Amino acid sequence: MKNLFVAVFMFVNMALSFSQQCNYTLSGKVIDIHDETPLSGATIVVAGPEIAVLSDLNGDFEVSNLCEGEFVIQVSHPECSTEVFKVLITENTSKTFKLEHHLESLNEVIISGKGFTTKTESLLENSLNEEKLDNFSNNSLGDALRELSGVSSLNTGNAIVKPIINGLHSSRITLINNGVRMQDQEWGAEHSPNIDINSATKITVIKGASALQYTGDAIGGIIISEPTRIPIKDTLYGKSIFSFSSNGRGGSNSTSVIKGFKSGWFAQFQGTIKRYGDFEAPNYILSNTGNFERDALVRLGQNKIEWGWEAQYSIFKNEIGILRASHLGGAEDLVTALNSEQPLVIEPFTYKIDRPSQEVTHQIAKFSGFKKLTGLGKLDVSYDFQHNQRFEYDIRRGDDQGKPSVDLRLATHNVNIGLEINQDPWDFKTGVVMNYQDNFANPATGVRRLIPDYKQLKIGGYTIANWQANEKISIEGGLRFDYTNMDVFKFYRTSFWELRGYDVLFPNIVVEEYGNQILTNPDLNFNNVSATIGASYKVAKNWNVLGNFSLASRAPNASELFSEGLHHSASRIELGDLRFKSEISKKLAATLQKKGKFNFTINPFLNSIDNFILIEPTGVEQTIRGNFQVWEYRQTEATLVGLDFNFSTPLFKNVSFNNTFSWVKGYERKSNKPLINMPPINFSNELRFEKNKVSVSLKQDYFFRQNEFPNTNFEVFLAASETTALIDVSTPPDAYQLWELAADYQFKLVKNSNLSIGLKVQNIFNTSYRNYLNRLRYYADDIGRNIIINTKINF
Amino acid sequence: MKHILKYTTVIALFLGFAACNNDDDTPQVVNEEEVITTLTVTLVPQGGGNTITLTSRDLDGEGPNDPVISISGDLTANTTYTGAVTFLNETETPVEDITEEVVEEADEHQVFYVPSSALNVVFTYGNFDSNNNPLGTVFNAETGDASSGTLTVVLRHEPQKPNNGTLADAGGETDISVTFNVTIQ
Repeated sequence: MKNLFVAVFMFVNMALSFSQQCNYTLSGKVIDIHDETPLSGATIVVAGPEIAVLSDLNGDFEVSNLCEGEFVIQVSHPECSTEVFKVLITENTSKTFKLEHHLESLNEVIISGKGFTTKTESLLENSLNEEKLDNFSNNSLGDALRELSGVSSLNTGNAIVKPIINGLHSSRITLINNGVRMQDQEWGAEHSPNIDINSATKITVIKGASALQYTGDAIGGIIISEPTRIPIKDTLYGKSIFSFSSNGRGGSNSTSVIKGFKSGWFAQFQGTIKRYGDFEAPNYILSNTGNFERDALVRLGQNKIEWGWEAQYSIFKNEIGILRASHLGGAEDLVTALNSEQPLVIEPFTYKIDRPSQEVTHQIAKFSGFKKLTGLGKLDVSYDFQHNQRFEYDIRRGDDQGKPSVDLRLATHNVNIGLEINQDPWDFKTGVVMNYQDNFANPATGVRRLIPDYKQLKIGGYTIANWQANEKISIEGGLRFDYTNMDVFKFYRTSFWELRGYDVLFPNIVVEEYGNQILTNPDLNFNNVSATIGASYKVAKNWNVLGNFSLASRAPNASELFSEGLHHSASRIELGDLRFKSEISKKLAATLQKKGKFNFTINPFLNSIDNFILIEPTGVEQTIRGNFQVWEYRQTEATLVGLDFNFSTPLFKNVSFNNTFSWVKGYERKSNKPLINMPPINFSNELRFEKNKVSVSLKQDYFFRQNEFPNTNFEVFLAASETTALIDVSTPPDAYQLWELAADYQFKLVKNSNLSIGLKVQNIFNTSYRNYLNRLRYYADDIGRNIIINTKINF
Repeated sequence: MKHILKYTTVIALFLGFAACNNDDDTPQVVNEEEVITTLTVTLVPQGGGNTITLTSRDLDGEGPNDPVISISGDLTANTTYTGAVTFLNETETPVEDITEEVVEEADEHQVFYVPSSALNVVFTYGNFDSNNNPLGTVFNAETGDASSGTLTVVLRHEPQKPNNGTLADAGGETDISVTFNVTIQ
């Protein structure tokens, strides 16, 4: 019927014009055949008229003024093999060209099949591509991830940004950095991921634990950062990004150089430096919020199609100032801080990073290799060593002034062996993981250890199977088991040891008594089972439905088990519990996806967690330093339910509209009490104009007030005024909206070399606001207007 | 095959490393260096009489035990006392006198004496920092008529100096805050 219509249309057309019509447009998209990511910078040459155009950031292209007829179209991309297509033009035509992206690169070997090039088949993967990530060159990983619906962040100031996925964060999120599972003391709320965002060319978020090849305990989700893939050919290329920000009066540079050889050898060097002074809220300077980050990455390897290996070393070092006004004594100081409109310490702008501050260094050395096994699949082996050194500096007195208050060294060895087996229509992946970790808390700090010395051994094994039932239906399932042993040396205060009744419960673990402290040697074992099952169904062209159920279980971390004392940066006493069991999560997620020009995804989920570990205030502790609120960890049954939604559509020619929306609700099942620090409902709208090499976008971010929160307020007696004051630490701040304008212009410098210049204005209206998920919201507003100039050179 | 050998070597190295690390050295105990466990206010009446001491001692620091407060006796009405305060860290051996550090860093510290409104007593500073702003480890207390109420002793680190003598104006961080129930008769 449609053909008939076309035929009639053609006939009418021909009848109307005696000569050939030459006003047809061929438009479309160039995508990666494997994961359907858009390929930008692909050259589309129409043979005959010899018209050449480039695909834009979204892989879209348009060739106009074409006459009727059949054309030979050559599509090429620097990192793909060139393909030739024939297209018949009889009307305005839209066409999608699929290219074999990185045909010969190390990380995507065709034989591995589609089952594992995507990380999971039945759960929605959201990812940020290189262009998007380049815009965040001067920011942190957490800032970039917030672009995705369902991902928010828990901040401490503006430099420490921890991603939250569907309401969960810290140890409930696993970070994979070039195949290495990050072991960087991720348990702490004020410990941000130690990844240089510039080292990634693609970051994928999986909102669940279904990618069992990586981990079984990612109750919140998995973030996978992948480096650039290097083609097998003689080539030398790279890029350099310079960025300058008005707020913080600083900038960043990141430069990457890549060398490839036809023989399969390759090398990459990448370095980043970021330096900022004090950031500014609309009405005042946020004293001591500067930061200084230096990162480097070296990769070397050889990639023969049948086998390959890679060695990598990276170092990430970040010094971060913590808002001076957030450093408090007891509860009385909190009253003063909360009642003050402005932070209690405001000093002139400086680049100097003073106390309180953090200094974190994370190093990774990795060796990996693969070998294809003819007729079977592929074997992967990797070993990595990670060293994480964390110093936290506090305001101290006398001889202790220069000494850190926290000095933790975490060393981790990790071995992964994986085997992929492809027997159409089946794909299997199976493997084992061994992990040994040593945490050392330096006693020279003169402060009792926040995290005790421990040695941890983890051994895990997994199997995942994927069955492509037919063209439309794919089913996957997986099972993983992890054994964890923790050998801990922990000093308890004798008073706490006895109050908790540990002296009766665990008399056997006491090693020695020292005055008012007691040395114990807990030896803890955890056995965790995780599993996943899911399916994807291609309802129609461009329409997919995905469904997934995952069971994940997570052993409690060192902080949840062993905290016992004043947490200076939070000005509260935190108490862990030695008796904790593993958290067990059952998550059900569904996705309805429509691809194409008008596209959307709807992604509801339900996560039911047993033994959910949360921390909440239980009272006020009187000390000689005044009163401190006591926060105790406890386990409960929790449910998180939510919905992530996004859609984008073209509005007019060259103008498109994007929207993301996310909602999550978390509560305790028995008491129906809301969980703390749940992201409020938020949405963003973006209007985007793109033509040739120019793009301009205007974005609105709206955050509602979080109306569901547990009441953790407490009262304290104030001697000076002889009154009792209510300390409101739980009421969330008001709703706010932020506007952002970004413009980008790209042009050719010389052959094979592009320059792109960008201007971005964040918080255009210099709005004063406080973010519920910023731990420093009690003390100061968030940052004000920021004008960023970005220059990117590709060579 | 060569590669399998290579991988096996790597694994062997790893396991070797894990085995070597299995030493069971017990870690060293940390006694908090900056903790103030004990505050003692000594009041000596000018012109003779009983010396009064007010003590707050919290040996487990931020542990669950509350500070133990002891007061040697009641103050005498209409008397001028010469006062001094000392801060000790009794978790260390020998006991560390933190008062010395406070005096050394006089410009970064100030002690505040806050009587409740019902208590008839007036405090005046007896020692000062290099900028001639009050420090307060030495002071005078002048009692009025018989009364009873609370006396709160607060040590502030990095307060704004000079200040108007109130805690609110001084700001800074509270290093110590202890409240005593005091009777004057």
